[in-house]
Amino acid sequence: MNLLSNLINGISLGSVYAIIALGYTMVYGIAKMLNFAHGDVIMVGAYICFCAMSYLNLPPVAGVLMAMVVCTLLGIVIERLAYKPLRQATSLAVLITAIGVSYFLQNIALLIWKSDPKVFTSVVEGWGGLTLFGGELRITAVTLVTVLANIVIMVCLTLFTSKTKKGKAMRAVSEDKGAAQLMGINVNSTISLTFAIGSGLAAIAGVLLCSAYPTLMPTTGSMPGIKAFTAAVLGGIGSIPGAMLGGILLGVIEIFGKAYISTQLSDAIVFAVLIIVLLIKPTGLLGKKISEKV
Amino acid sequence: MSKMVPYPSDSIIPERDLDKTPVLEARHLGIDFGGLTAVDDFNLIVGRTEIAGLIGPNGAGKTTVFNLLTKVYQPTRGTILLNGKETSRMNTVQVNKAGIARTFQNIRLFSNLSVEDNVKIGLHNAMRQSMVTGVLRLPGYFKSERVAHERALELLSIFDMQDLANHQAGSLPYGAQRRLEIVRALATNPSLLLLDEPAAGMNPSETAELMENIRKIRDTFQIAVMLIEHDMNLVMGICEGIAVLNYGRIIAKGTPQEIQSNPQVIEAYLGKQKDKEAGQ
Repeated sequence: MNLLSNLINGISLGSVYAIIALGYTMVYGIAKMLNFAHGDVIMVGAYICFCAMSYLNLPPVAGVLMAMVVCTLLGIVIERLAYKPLRQATSLAVLITAIGVSYFLQNIALLIWKSDPKVFTSVVEGWGGLTLFGGELRITAVTLVTVLANIVIMVCLTLFTSKTKKGKAMRAVSEDKGAAQLMGINVNSTISLTFAIGSGLAAIAGVLLCSAYPTLMPTTGSMPGIKAFTAAVLGGIGSIPGAMLGGILLGVIEIFGKAYISTQLSDAIVFAVLIIVLLIKPTGLLGKKISEKV
Repeated sequence: MSKMVPYPSDSIIPERDLDKTPVLEARHLGIDFGGLTAVDDFNLIVGRTEIAGLIGPNGAGKTTVFNLLTKVYQPTRGTILLNGKETSRMNTVQVNKAGIARTFQNIRLFSNLSVEDNVKIGLHNAMRQSMVTGVLRLPGYFKSERVAHERALELLSIFDMQDLANHQAGSLPYGAQRRLEIVRALATNPSLLLLDEPAAGMNPSETAELMENIRKIRDTFQIAVMLIEHDMNLVMGICEGIAVLNYGRIIAKGTPQEIQSNPQVIEAYLGKQKDKEAGQ
């Protein structure tokens, strides 16, 4: 029963990683850049939701929606101001800019919300969750909501990318920007849309993460951000199912590592798994081999 | 005012197009890459339903001309009129919407998408569809999707490819990929179709079929086609007007017969008469 409970917790944590990893992987797929500021968008989302609930006394749903709106706009603004001017620049320049944006967001948060940790009120407080097997297995409400949110997001995104015009445009741009442009697809607005979706998802991830682990600080987003990036690479960066798989695997490994091996070493185990997978399959679990163009 | 356009004496428009605004008019078009002038003083008029050819030795700047026309490169000099409209302020997407579609020398399909989706990407501009209706699968989505589906199959049927609609584009044989590229370009509803070496890698019977199809496309859609091609049978067989490019400049313009007997063209392809005599 302990095993099952750990597994469920792992899947729940992994779901958060997966939602964040989706943002990394979609942006990478389309703009071929690693948006290291993505983790900090999560933190902003959590703060917005926190403010909406604690200071404005809005209901949790409104808080989440507000966080999503703010983060979506933030994502578009970041892309427009920081990354768009660098469309033709080397990938190293873009990468360093992304790290810069990351520190910028952290410090802005530090200015606004100060460094003392805020205690985040869970968005699903008041509901106890499920108790199964006569009290032996308890699943918290946050766990349930997280896993459920993950499934809904996955289904919606899959429908979006495979069935809709904009989704197909996105896949076309990620394959060949030049050809997509010549087919009348506006590459800039497609990239903006990708950032908007990724950042909106980051807001959800931030709220869910802080509902499960209620300490909120300006640096709250950085570690989950890095782990989600790891998850995206593990699953195969650029692949949406890969981000899902990578995220959940990573969450389960982390919780199992904590439960059965060592709490201190759990992060080391997570990254060791990444290294081993990359040694055996450099493109990640579901990543596609990119054939060199001659 | 009549639509009559004063044509320069060396223009090669077919007679039936003379009273219509030309689909394309390039005036003194040129581009420099650093110190290198890749294309210079490129003047060309293409009639509304003309099949035009752009030929020249390797490295003459033919693909560069296509890239200028589609604004992949911004011209350093000159103007491009598309259906009488100046395109200097347009970007690639706007030029596509204004009526130019193209294929590529080395195939650039969206190879992970299905054949049908590749065509639908081309139909993109004509489709009105919001994200919300697509994700929530509202009736409007199914309607627009059905229209796009039917249109895609119709276009694929030009090349008898409707049965391949669900195949992955990258898994098609080479010839079929080339044909799909043409269909995808046609789906954007162009008035000028640019084909960059459409017969490359095709065998003589495939090339003959392609010639038929290019004519069929022109006749069905009443559009102009401009093609770059090294296969002289194809060029001489279907082009009504031909421009020859060498070192980034047009060295000759004319009908296939005129081009074949033009000494400058022969020189560009085979070297100077003197050398030829020396070799004999």
